[in-house]
Amino acid sequence: MVLTSFGRYLLMLKGMFSKPENWRMYWKQFMLQCSDIGIRSLGIVIIISLFIGGVSTVQTAYQLVSPIIPKATIAQVVRDSMILEFAPTITCIVLAGVVGSKIASELGNMRVSEQIDALEIMGINTKGYLILPKIAASLLTIPMLVVLSMFLGIWAGEIAGIVSGIISERDFMQGLVQGFRPYIVFFALVKAYTFAFIIASISSYFGYYVKGGALEIGRASTKAVVISCIFILLADYALAALLLT
Amino acid sequence: MIELIGVYKGFEGKDVLQDISAVMEAGKTNLIIGTSGSGKTVLMKCMVGLFEIDKGEILYNKSDFFSMTDKEKKVIRQEIGMLFQGTALFDSMTVEQNVMFPLQMFSNMSYRERIKRVNFCLDRVNLKDTNKKYPAEISGGMKKRVGIARSIVLNPKYLFCDEPNSGLDPQTSMVIDKLIHELTVEYNITTVINTHDMNSVMEIGDNILYLYQGHKQWEGSSKDIIYSKDEKLNSFIFASEFLQEAKRMRQMDMEGKQLPPR
Ligand SMILES: Nc1ncnc2c1ncn2[C@@H]1O[C@H](COP(=O)(O)OP(=O)(O)OP(=O)(O)O)[C@@H](O)[C@H]1O
Ligand SMILES: [Mg+2]
Repeated sequence: MVLTSFGRYLLMLKGMFSKPENWRMYWKQFMLQCSDIGIRSLGIVIIISLFIGGVSTVQTAYQLVSPIIPKATIAQVVRDSMILEFAPTITCIVLAGVVGSKIASELGNMRVSEQIDALEIMGINTKGYLILPKIAASLLTIPMLVVLSMFLGIWAGEIAGIVSGIISERDFMQGLVQGFRPYIVFFALVKAYTFAFIIASISSYFGYYVKGGALEIGRASTKAVVISCIFILLADYALAALLLT
Repeated sequence: MIELIGVYKGFEGKDVLQDISAVMEAGKTNLIIGTSGSGKTVLMKCMVGLFEIDKGEILYNKSDFFSMTDKEKKVIRQEIGMLFQGTALFDSMTVEQNVMFPLQMFSNMSYRERIKRVNFCLDRVNLKDTNKKYPAEISGGMKKRVGIARSIVLNPKYLFCDEPNSGLDPQTSMVIDKLIHELTVEYNITTVINTHDMNSVMEIGDNILYLYQGHKQWEGSSKDIIYSKDEKLNSFIFASEFLQEAKRMRQMDMEGKQLPPR
């Protein structure tokens, strides 16, 4: 059961690649998906990044009670946890909900109302025309959102620290540059690309192969979100074990 | 021309189509009739390759569709226009964009030429002033007509219509039937129509295939149908007294007898 699904998933990915019937239409579809996936999720990404950044400053300060630890360490912790975990993983988990359910229900609706069949009859490779642009658009926009989330989170952490009197701006700035390893940004981007692929491809799979009616579309999009989240977390662990040890 | 040779199709062990053989000629409207659930839609979907058949062959101009490579299938499909029973319009696009979509994908026309072609097709199905509306904003019958416009916009060689005039009023229904028939003759299209509209059967039934519980029960033209002795066919076609009366009149007419005064 799981194996056949996985086989079908791989076949779906393989089936996406064929010469586009019309490059301009594929490009148009790609642009449309970029705005659907990227721009539409901008708001939620901004909100969660700001709050997570702020909260992590306050909570880190609460945990670091010892007077021998310099205040700047707070900024360092906020920076690293934001870049390493919060920005890529939390953002992508939320995006799995927002983008994943959208992709699955859009494709599911097209399947159930025979729009995919109609495209197929016209001689269009529906996997290529419908799924590939979604995956490509996710791979372009989701890492951008993740980078944005890093900046916003750290910035919100600084503001929260200053406003609540936990840390001065000077200390925060000092902490930010202290012991900074650019490698973690690279690592975060690897995560972001991996998660983006997981979200788009798994949700497309569940949407594209829906059978039945409106009820099944709802079920498929729930499944898409749940399975994407699980795979994000698995990949998160695997990547950490692989790249950080 | 499309040929079916001994086509079988079932779902989960249950046979839906059994041993269907038929020839659908170009320039003729080939009707598939039968009660609801008799397998018309399944047969049509098999013919265009949306369903894999279990046994048999489907030949497009003598070459078997199911043994073609993906590339060859694509070429055939670009010559196919199809109207789905549920219309299958793209609901994120306006009427105009729906009809224009195949042109954008497969033609090199300029925007102006495309618009002209789209308006021409919409005009032929009697649709005006709906160009900018979305499928959710138009009636069921209008959707059908948009679907027909979309399926003929590329001048297909093969036209498949799954119940083109269910849900249309008798007058529009006639217009659509006439349109499909005209196009078929004019461009020598191989047209296949699923219907249970008796008016269509009598008016445009060049070649009629009667499906009964998944097998071919009867085959002939609209003229033959008048004289058919097949009981199942008769009870299906001439179900009402009104239609039986009409049949009697048509028979007398064809035999050159004088019709009773109106
Ligand atoms: N995808 C499918 N999976 C399983 N069974 C199916 C499927 N599609 C159709 N069937 C079965 O095939 C039979 C024929 O259905 P079909 O849709 O071809 O009928 P139809 O002749 O088009 O009827 P109508 O005039 O109501 O459209 C039905 O018994 C239906 O249950
Ligand atoms: Mg049907």
